[in-house]
Amino acid sequence: MFFNSLLTNFAALEVGQHLYWQIGNIRLHGQVFLTSWILLGSLLVFISLGTKKMENDPKGLQNLLEFLWDYIRDLARTQIGEKVYRDWMPFIGTLFLFVFVSNWGGALIPWRLIKLPSGELGAPTADINTTIALALLVSLSYFYAGLSNKGWRYFEYYVHPTPIMLPFKILEDFTKPLSLSFRLFGNILADELVVGVLVFLVPLILPIPVMFLGLFTSAIQALIFATLAAYYIGEAVEEHH
Amino acid sequence: MLAFNFFGATEGGLFDINATLPLMAIQVVALTYILNSLFFKPVGNVVEKREKFVSNNIIEAKNKLSEVKKLEADLLTQLQSARTEAQRIVSEAEDESDKLYKEALELANNEANASKEKTRLEIESQTSAARDQLSKQADDLSELIVNRLILEK
Repeated sequence: MFFNSLLTNFAALEVGQHLYWQIGNIRLHGQVFLTSWILLGSLLVFISLGTKKMENDPKGLQNLLEFLWDYIRDLARTQIGEKVYRDWMPFIGTLFLFVFVSNWGGALIPWRLIKLPSGELGAPTADINTTIALALLVSLSYFYAGLSNKGWRYFEYYVHPTPIMLPFKILEDFTKPLSLSFRLFGNILADELVVGVLVFLVPLILPIPVMFLGLFTSAIQALIFATLAAYYIGEAVEEHH
Repeated sequence: MLAFNFFGATEGGLFDINATLPLMAIQVVALTYILNSLFFKPVGNVVEKREKFVSNNIIEAKNKLSEVKKLEADLLTQLQSARTEAQRIVSEAEDESDKLYKEALELANNEANASKEKTRLEIESQTSAARDQLSKQADDLSELIVNRLILEK
């Protein structure tokens, strides 16, 4: 009996429901775009405020942005290497900021207070479309990075220690975006579901530690995504001897 | 299609992949360009300018420090040479004054000796003269005594 009611309650969490926007022949998940626009808009406003009046002696918001910039540069430099990290730093940084802002925005803002006709607002990264889009961009980036830096010699990487590696390296090109997208999607969705279910069952106090854990996971996932993207690019541009 | 449609819903579901994917990709690419011009470039310029400024200052300070050390060593050698020079001059002056002193002493000694000798000779001559006179007077006196004794007889 209890299990039955749990299931119906679980269904009330509206898993896998979307707010559909129909534009001509194509259909979009509206709630993903709505939240991403709100979050990215606030991110851009925040950054514009911080970079409006840049001084040599940083104050307030500029300090925070410079710390962020330094953090992203260190990430890109350690993974990609001194030679080309500058070209890829904006991309890595954007991935990090996008995933981080999406994850934390999804966890911190009480979206549920806004009622939609169908589906519900939440982290944009809890939608498989978003994470696959990000992962495919990473794949394209490392191919582009490898080919533009080393030309056709990029494909030496596939037979690098021995030609036996060839099938595994080809398989890797498929598993990389798959693991990137599903790791992020799974973690964020699971976090949202766990918090949702707990809030549904015990609305007081108990969900709070889980929410903190969710914030932690969200930050870690952003870092993992950006680090792996940078690592893949670094692997593609690395010179073998 | 079944794979994209579990969790029950006839439409949608967790793995519902549609045009959201390419549009989101375009949005992220656009965001990359926006963030590059709004965040990464300006902040990078400021940070790298400051890093350059700091490293330049450090290099300059290091140069100055090495210059100071060179000057210090230079001064030290100068000081040392001045000190040895001073020592040489002092010892030279000491030698000189010693020589002068000895010379003056010798001169004074000689002079004193000479005057002593002269005085001695003078005394001696005076003594002998006095003695001569005394013996002559004694002779006269004895002659007088003899004459008187003879006359009385």
